[in-house]
Order: sequence, then C-alpha cells, then structure tokens
Amino acid sequence: MTQVQVPVAIGAQVAPRREPRRRFGSAPVHIILVVATLAFAIPAVALLVASFRTAAATNSSGWWTAFLPPWQFTLENYQYVFSRSGLDQAFLNSVIITIPATIIVVLVAAFAAYAFAWMSFPGRQVLFVIVVGLLVVPLQVTFVPVLTLFREFKPFGIAINGTMLAVWLAHTGYGLPFAIFLLRNYFGGLPREVFESAAIDGAGPSTAFFRLVVPMSVPALASLVIFQFLWVWNDLLVALVYLGPIPENHPLSVKLASLTTSFGGGWQYLTAAAFVSMVVPILVFLGLQRYFVRGITGGAVKG
Amino acid sequence: MIADLLENRLLAAALVVIAVPFVLVGYILFVEWILRRAPRRAADVIRPWLWLGPALVFLGVFLVYPTFATIVRSFMNRKGDEFVGFANFEWFFTQDSTLTALRNNALWVILLPLLVVGIGLFIAVLVDRVRYEGGVKTVVFLPMAISFVAAGTIWKFLYDLDPNVGTFNAAVTKLGGDPIAYTVVQPWNNFFLILVGVWLLTGFAMVILSAGLKGISTELLEAARVDGASEPQIFRQIIWPLLLPTVAVVATTIVIYALKTFDVVYTMTNGNFDTDVIANNMFTQLYSNLRPERAAAVAVVLLVAIVPLMFINIRRFRQQEAIR
Repeated sequence: MTQVQVPVAIGAQVAPRREPRRRFGSAPVHIILVVATLAFAIPAVALLVASFRTAAATNSSGWWTAFLPPWQFTLENYQYVFSRSGLDQAFLNSVIITIPATIIVVLVAAFAAYAFAWMSFPGRQVLFVIVVGLLVVPLQVTFVPVLTLFREFKPFGIAINGTMLAVWLAHTGYGLPFAIFLLRNYFGGLPREVFESAAIDGAGPSTAFFRLVVPMSVPALASLVIFQFLWVWNDLLVALVYLGPIPENHPLSVKLASLTTSFGGGWQYLTAAAFVSMVVPILVFLGLQRYFVRGITGGAVKG
Repeated sequence: MIADLLENRLLAAALVVIAVPFVLVGYILFVEWILRRAPRRAADVIRPWLWLGPALVFLGVFLVYPTFATIVRSFMNRKGDEFVGFANFEWFFTQDSTLTALRNNALWVILLPLLVVGIGLFIAVLVDRVRYEGGVKTVVFLPMAISFVAAGTIWKFLYDLDPNVGTFNAAVTKLGGDPIAYTVVQPWNNFFLILVGVWLLTGFAMVILSAGLKGISTELLEAARVDGASEPQIFRQIIWPLLLPTVAVVATTIVIYALKTFDVVYTMTNGNFDTDVIANNMFTQLYSNLRPERAAAVAVVLLVAIVPLMFINIRRFRQQEAIR
C-alpha cells in the first residue's frame, strides 16, 4: 500500500447507512462480478500457490497446474528464505521498526489533536490548515536535509543515520499530519457536555484527556494504530533512504526489493519471501477491516 | 556478533516501547502539574502550546524545515556552498532521462485515476445489487493491505516471459500469440506497471464510492424506477451527479498517489526501459549519482506539481468544516 503514504480521502463525506436496497442482480451482473473478483484474487492466489511448489515444478509448469496431480507441494522454499537469505532477521527488524514508530505517533498526535479540538489559542485554524496541507507533501522533498541532519547530529557521539532510531523518528514525523487529522476529527465530535461536567467536577485537562477522551475514542485510536502499523510495515522508501548504509537493519520491504534483484528467476524463493512480508498486514486487515475503512476516510465514516 | 547486535536491537526496541509512553505521558502530567501552580490566565495561554509541543517539534524537524531547506538546496551547487540560480532546473528540463520520467508521471497521473475510479465505480454500482456484496468487496479491497514491493514481486511473476511460468504469457500463447516481455516493450511497459497500481488501489476507490452510493436515498431511486427510468438513465441522471463530489475526492487522492509513484517502478524495472518516474529519478540522483542538489531540484518539481492539489484539499476541508 504505501507507496509513500496510504491514500486518504480528505474531505470525503460519508452518509450514514441507509435502508438495505432491494437486491435485483441479473445474470450479466453476476457474471461480471465473478470475473472481476477472480481477476482481483488471482495475483495473490498465484503467489501463494507458487510459494509452496518445488523449483522444478514452478519453472516448468504454471501455478494453475498445481491443483492437478501429481501434487508437488513443499515447505522448502520457506525454510530456505528464513535460514539462508536472512528473512528471519528482516522480519524481526520490521517488528522492531513498526511497533515503536506506531506507539510514538499515536501518543504525540493524541496530545496535539486534543489541543486542536478542545483548547482555544490564537492561530489554531491556521495551524490546523497547515497540518492538512502537510498531509500531501511528498516525502522526497524532506530527504536531503533530514539525511544531513542525521549524519551531522550525533548525540553522545552516536551517528543516527542508518539506525532504528532514525526510522522511528522519521516515521513519527511523516505519520503525524494524518494522525493529528484523524484524531482531531474524532475528538472534535465528542459531546461538549461531557467536558463541561468534568470541569465542574474539578477535573483538569489531563484528567479529562486520560479518563474521558481516550476511553471514548477507542475506535478512532484503533483506526490510527492499524493505519500507521500497515503504513510503516509496508514502507519501502523511508527505510531505504535512512537505513541504506546498514543492511543488518533492513526490514522485510527493503529485503524483498533487494531479493527481487539478486534471486533473478528464483521464483520459488521470491514468492515465499513476498508472502512472508504480506502475512502480517493481511491478517491485520482481515481482522480489522472496519477500522481500516474509517482510517481511509480520515474519520469521515460514522458508526 | 550478529546475535549480539540482534539482542541489543530487541532490547532497544523493548525499552522504547516501554519508556516512550512513560516519558510522553509523564511530560503531560508534569506540564499540568506546573500549570496548576501558575496563575489561571497564564496557564490557559501556555497550555495549548505545551500539549502541541511534541507534535510541532516533529512536524517542524521532519516536514516543514526540510521542505524549505530542500527548496534552497535546489538552487545550490553539488557541495551546497555556492548559489547557482536555476542551473539544476535547467538540467532537469533538458535531460532525456528526466523528461522521460516526467512523461511517464503524466501517463500515471492520467491513467491511474481513470482506471482506478472507473473500475472502482463500476464494481461499487454492481456490487450494490447482489447478496454477496461483502465477499466481493473484501477480495477487491484486500490488495490495499499488500505493500507495493510485494505487489511488484507478484506482478513480475505474472508477467514472466516464459509461458510455462508467467500467467499472462500462458494465456497469450494459448490464444496463439507470442510471449510478450511486459516490463520491456516500450511504451506499453508503463501501462503494465500502472496496472499493478490499479490492482492495489481500486479497492480504495470502490469502498469510498460504495459508501457514497449507500448515502443516496432508496426512495429517490425507487421513485425513478416507478416512473419507468431505465437503469442506465438512473445512473446517468441520479447516481452520477450525486456521487460526483465523492468521485472528485477519490480522484484527487489517486492523482497525488500517481505523482508520488515510486515502489512499483523501483522493484519492477528500477526505471529501466523508459519507465522511470520522478520519485525514482530523485532516488537515483540522491543515492546512485550522489547529486543532492539535483535530487533536491527533482523533489521541488514534484512538490510544485502537488501544490495545486494541496490547495484543493485545503479548500475541501474548509467547506467540510463549515457544515460541521
């Protein structure tokens, strides 16, 4: 998905669900839909099937023949990519990069979104419009100066460039505009009375935030966690730019991109490696599709 | 040695996962603790800025400052110590390679939204009429969870030249044709790369358009049907005009996407065979050619192309705020 950023439909207005419509699909409609569904499913199915076939089978017959005997399925490809080409480490790196990068963004964005939604201060509108503008700034425009910064700024004599710290920080910066946008839209929709009665009861802003806003915003926070998680996990560009110098730190995306070049025609390994990189996002997606949709519309979907 | 490193990295990550929330939450509690002791009016003025603080620092360091620094850098020489005017842009607009990248981006910007929105709308309208709506939607939407790198690998496999391996060429030879090198034949290879983007993004368009479709009142459509309107008429005269704002939102998003296209090209051809795009060219200048000033100029070209879309988004956001 991400390219650089997951697409987000800014300004999407999504109406509440209406009454179920009368279903009157005719034969051509069914045929078109079945063909379309197959067309969208086939690429991923092809990959999955090929990843379990032997090299000899993959190189001499198409993946679709695998369903006919003799069945030549094997787990060897997965064993190979994990033990011989460092995919185990890349998998671990992806986890190590993704989890902190997700946690930092959610926290920092939640504080800012609370301020944007429920505090008044001069420049609030302008500042938020800048955040909306930053949503689409191409990351390419930031690489040269940030790289220089990472190379020259050495806290405690440790160069940041090429380390996990560099990607954590960069992903936080790049993920924030969307995170603030999504959370502020949701926080802003919370009922005002709740905050007023909390204030009367003597609760300060921090109490209101941790005791009211956070528990009431679980759906929006879940959307953000999923979105940021998928974005960072699937990211190639940011990892490539800031982890370039240190291959041991490369996550799955970078590893897979370099395997595509080095394995050449070794489809049995490449397909297995690609599937390994897809497993986690697909499970997250299938399990939490509803929240994912909310994320895509920047919080415009209600209910 | 590697095991050692791995252990440290895990340790570092675990530490970050525990310590960062602790520090950030601690920061807020500390801020409020101080503000409670400050005069009320001063506290109300300072409070928002302290809550915004961490975010503003990140946005400033990683987005705002670098954008301006890159613009300045694009007018400097290779070492960055001398002002060279528009030399880097002159270079950009006179090279065959960069102009090809520009042309290809134009192809992406036109074809990707057209196909994604077209197919997405088509499926959204049809799927609204069948019982198995959820199943179709999940399948079409699923590629969104897949990274462009993995998608690049998948489609390279489908495009394989050997008809015994590549799905497309198996079909082509079955129909009596010769195998095609999809990523090599110019200029069609661009189209075949764009197709990968279509596979990944159509689900996005479909989901949003489908949600928009569900917002159109059933009574309105039923009334039109009772009056004897045909399905194509209903689509043209009711559904399409009502859905147009949503279509515009989706199209803008996909255009921005097309402008930033990088991963597919990087994994599938790395810009060879005349398939280069601006974002990949920028990466090449930065890492392979080690020309930061040119990379900066390429990035600025990309930024300039995106700025109008940024304003469209901001205007739309303001309109939405007005009716909130």
